Amino acid sequence: MRKLLLASCFGVSALFTAGYATANDELIKMSSDARQYVMPTGNYANTRYSELKQINVDNVHKIAPAWTFSTGVLRGHEGAPLVIGDVMYVHAPFPNTVFALDLNNDGKILWKYEPEQDSNVIGVMCCDTVNRGLAYGDGKIFLHQADTMLLALDAKTGKVVWSVKDGDPSKAQTGTNAPMVIKDKVLTGVSGGEYGVRAWMSAYDIKTGKLVWRGYSMGPDSEMLIDPEKTTSLGKPVGKDSSISTWQGDQWKIGGGTTWGWYSYDPDLNLVYYGTGNPSTWNPKQRPGDNKWSMTIFARDVDTGMAKWVYQMTPHDEWDYDGVNEMILTDQKIDGQDRKLLTHFDRNGFGYTLDRVTGDLIVANKFDPKVNWATGINMDKASPDYGKPIRVKAMSTEANGEDNNSKGICPAALGSKDEQPAAYSPQTELFYVPTNHVCMDYEPFKVSYTAGQAYVGATLSMYPPAGESNMGNFIAWDGKTGKIVWTDPEQFSVWSGALATAGGVVFYGTLEGYMKAVDAKTGKELYKFKTPSGIIGNVMTYEHGGRQYVAVLSGVGGWAGIGLAAGLMQPENAAAWHNAVTGQKNLPEQSKIVDTAGLGAVGGYAALSNYTALGGTLTVFALPSD
Amino acid sequence: MSKSKLALASALALPLTLIAPLGARADPPGDPTAVTDDNGKWRDKNGDPTYKISTDGTVDWYTYSGFRRYHSECHVCHGPDGEGSSYAPALADKLKTIAYAEFYGIVVSGKKDVGAANEKVMPAFAENKNVMCYLDDIYIYLRARSQDAIPRGRPPQHADKPAAFDEAETKCMGE
Repeated sequence: MRKLLLASCFGVSALFTAGYATANDELIKMSSDARQYVMPTGNYANTRYSELKQINVDNVHKIAPAWTFSTGVLRGHEGAPLVIGDVMYVHAPFPNTVFALDLNNDGKILWKYEPEQDSNVIGVMCCDTVNRGLAYGDGKIFLHQADTMLLALDAKTGKVVWSVKDGDPSKAQTGTNAPMVIKDKVLTGVSGGEYGVRAWMSAYDIKTGKLVWRGYSMGPDSEMLIDPEKTTSLGKPVGKDSSISTWQGDQWKIGGGTTWGWYSYDPDLNLVYYGTGNPSTWNPKQRPGDNKWSMTIFARDVDTGMAKWVYQMTPHDEWDYDGVNEMILTDQKIDGQDRKLLTHFDRNGFGYTLDRVTGDLIVANKFDPKVNWATGINMDKASPDYGKPIRVKAMSTEANGEDNNSKGICPAALGSKDEQPAAYSPQTELFYVPTNHVCMDYEPFKVSYTAGQAYVGATLSMYPPAGESNMGNFIAWDGKTGKIVWTDPEQFSVWSGALATAGGVVFYGTLEGYMKAVDAKTGKELYKFKTPSGIIGNVMTYEHGGRQYVAVLSGVGGWAGIGLAAGLMQPENAAAWHNAVTGQKNLPEQSKIVDTAGLGAVGGYAALSNYTALGGTLTVFALPSD
Repeated sequence: MSKSKLALASALALPLTLIAPLGARADPPGDPTAVTDDNGKWRDKNGDPTYKISTDGTVDWYTYSGFRRYHSECHVCHGPDGEGSSYAPALADKLKTIAYAEFYGIVVSGKKDVGAANEKVMPAFAENKNVMCYLDDIYIYLRARSQDAIPRGRPPQHADKPAAFDEAETKCMGE
């Protein structure tokens, strides 16, 4: 029945394809105009590279704030504004206010839209009320609200053209990701991996808001839009029931695999790429099997949603290493051959380079040397474990079992990198990656599922790697060889998306609130400015009136705001416990945790709340106008 | 909602009169000294659950259990060790002024502080067994944190799990 319905939908959209193609042509053309910033990822390839070069390595030290704008919202601000023509579109976390600002008139507010949403949704958002931005296409601005409403707003007036409800917040299905306009469709995913949501990717008709296709992350082939014969994984057909055969009983129905990251698109291949998140719950003992297709890179046909290939990075997750991070599409030479590549920096600490046509694995290396849950990825094509991580038993929360505390696992559940997107410069052929440098103790235990309630089942504590005090790094990575080229240590996790420009400069923000510019070749810091609040937004650039601007949203929060606001484990805590047990001749095994917690905190580090406070502000930089 | 809330509350054998009206300012929790041993769960002179920390740093089982449950169910908003986050209060501070009954009421019914730019919403946990079956544990742990009776981090030593805990857990979780 469902198949029939879908088939007839395809039929209808096929009829109109000729007329609809304009939205896509328009966007491809607009995204090649560096003066505008027309999609949340900068371009379809997700490189976050701009051809603008008025601001360059020689003069970037002179830039200064040209203007600022407050969103009026205090919680975590992720994502970046769009610039379409002479108008900038700025979004905010819940209540998901949207502003259209007139760049011809000092950012005067052309219109403001504030949705009416049931505030109960706030309580079922795992990691702050973030929203990662807007999409543009066909004269409309698309907003994916916290309560999963997908709205099309008239870009000129802010009036609602159509709206559709993509999920059910009473089951903790929530919206945090930026939608993406591809061809005649608007794509959106869903959040709620900590609540047992069985996630999906939806594609809606850009004109009407009608659902065209929806592919689930797990479940029966028909609902996943998987063809057992044609959908491949590492070159082989996935076969029948590739997902449900890897779950116990009906557990796939609350299986997670959320889709709140960034989406990329290759117009020549007609494929959209994205990753799926953790399997629910965090207690691995409770969900035996590989839990496919959580933790997976998906390549789907944009028109039909059918999966062309899939690759599961972390089968049977034991650490919350979501696979949602962005897929960056580049065309580079490897061994003298032109290759269409996809590079992905996973939460699990491995940087993967794949052939984006076939889904074949080319490179998989650690992008943080401290990663210790696996020694590497099996690259032997003949092995039955080809493409799987080579796990370290001591770090296996499954092997150590429920109610046992596995210690010193790197990276922490935050991942070596979370959603904060990396950038790629074709000038240097390097990726610029904002990373977390945090390890953890992880103790899984049994939990029961209640619809709409958190479904976690693990206790975690986080701290920097042994012998180090910095909790983040900003690195340059060669995706062809899988090697780190340079590293800029940061006191806190770098939770801001990077921007690379033809001026040879790379920009990123820090949790203390610094907007930084570094030399793309060497990583040398060229400029920094402390914005009003910690930065978890992504840096963007545009040109207006012949002047290049670089902009970033500050407003600390998100997951970083939970773990880091109060500071992680500090040396004095370990010392306090140590003192409390002094006098005990034979310390029980579990007191070794004191040492583990103490190890990482050599230099000591203070709470983020000592550096910054809440507040959503856009800061726009430019060279001084003489 | 109210039906299963009642069911769960009665399963926990906790009188509903304990649930304080929302917004009411309750008395501070009073002297946390452990007076009576209720099958491994300590109570203060008012009969409210409390912690018991030995001079060698060993914590009672419920403090330890509360540490674990807090860091599973609560810390994603309220921060590690009850230290707060960018959008939820530090319970290690709040519990200095919130007594057991008010704490219980807020967890069961939720709490909203909306309308300001910083909208705060805590869901009602009445139907969540992962919280309700361990409510005393979480309270005891946070009470210890609020009194600086224990530092941040995982308690390195704890008393053995009392048989009464196992029984109550099995009954409450329904397994």
